Amino acid sequence: MTQNITESHYAPDAAVFRQVVPAGEPFMRRVAKGQVLRILDLEGNQAVDTLFYNADDTEERYDANNTIRGQSNIYLSAGTTLLSNEGNPMLTITADTCGRHDTLGGACSAESNTVRYALEKRHMHACRDSFLLALAEYDHGMSKRDLPSNINFFMNVPVTPDGRLTFEDGISAAGRYVEMRAEMDVLVLISNCPQLNNPCNAYNPTPVEVLVWDA
Amino acid sequence: MSQTTPRTLDTASVLWEESVPGGAHWSGVLRRGLTLRVTDSRGGANVSMLFYNWENTLERYNMADTLKGQHTAFLTAGNVCYTDMGRVICSVTGDTCGWHDTICGVSDAATVKARYGVASYQERRNDYHRNGYDSLVNELGKYGLGRRDLVATLNVFSKVTVNDDGGMQFHPGNSGAGDSVDLRFEMDALVVLSTCQHPLDPDETYRPRDIALTAWKSGVAGPDDHCRHHCPENERAFINTERLYA
Repeated sequence: MTQNITESHYAPDAAVFRQVVPAGEPFMRRVAKGQVLRILDLEGNQAVDTLFYNADDTEERYDANNTIRGQSNIYLSAGTTLLSNEGNPMLTITADTCGRHDTLGGACSAESNTVRYALEKRHMHACRDSFLLALAEYDHGMSKRDLPSNINFFMNVPVTPDGRLTFEDGISAAGRYVEMRAEMDVLVLISNCPQLNNPCNAYNPTPVEVLVWDA
Repeated sequence: MSQTTPRTLDTASVLWEESVPGGAHWSGVLRRGLTLRVTDSRGGANVSMLFYNWENTLERYNMADTLKGQHTAFLTAGNVCYTDMGRVICSVTGDTCGWHDTICGVSDAATVKARYGVASYQERRNDYHRNGYDSLVNELGKYGLGRRDLVATLNVFSKVTVNDDGGMQFHPGNSGAGDSVDLRFEMDALVVLSTCQHPLDPDETYRPRDIALTAWKSGVAGPDDHCRHHCPENERAFINTERLYA
């Protein structure tokens, strides 16, 4: 597997915004065109389920299928352009010290927990619950309809040439980050994944940090 | 790779049959217990499909749940399509191709224009160039749905593999004339589809292929059903589904 490691030149002290997001919590913020957004894996191997919307028309949103076709590769890393459902560039990944990120594995939910693990695991906290709560609190009429296939930063979901797909131990580590430049005004919606039933969080969900710099 | 010889249909049991031209779009309601056979009439077809719980269209086919639940990156006989509510909307009970893509999405106006050029209705009448995205948005509009409801599609008859570096490869010739897929509906479902070419189809000519749709009453999955027992995840998804109709 080729590793595409690209460092950033942005200094955390110069960030105009910083917030730690504990495991199991959502985060939502407007990021202006030209600003740079970093998601920092503080303790290593934490899955960060992420969606983007055109801040001025949320029906335009991140599209996983358009994005992977656009680069003819299923893994996201430095150089990837995150495309919308309208085919427009939303953000460009400009730095990545993890190596690659998933966009096929989706977000966990109470309902998928019953299928993947056990019917009794319905009540374990899940990303879709965080997403729905954040959208309700944002209170601009967004709903479950606005939850398409998301990005899973720092998550490792390899696909083999014969068509197998599995969740594997993460390739990230403490201090790794992914950074991207907004190509339009966007809303970023994050669920810092609480999943305990597979290795996406190394069975230990931990906090991440969000940083934003001006252009 | 799993291939199933198609059952010869008893014509008396067929409820209805319809052709859908290449490049067109279609929708319909398939009730629980009906099977829909999708046939590639001439070879090389692509059918981009979406499925919704007819009673609550907020519940819809979910590609990620479907793939990770069954540990696969493609669908064939034995697999099922999950909704985002942990239920089985349809089971793949027959498949003569062996591989159906669900990660590549659909074409849009820009990609069709770039690859095939512009061809308007004024010039070409019903052979005008259409694209998957606009076609599905159009069809969804008939139910009060729209862009927010257009998620990753099932692209029947199309094969795209991924190499170890993540590179994607479309495989022409995956489906030939007469190949078919049988989808047995386990829920009352709204089915929406477009027969525009797959967005990675390297063909330089705009020539989407015709398909046929055939529906018959098959009944839902029984207790010993192959798709139900394909994996423990499917067993639980069927329990969730049966509770909806208890």
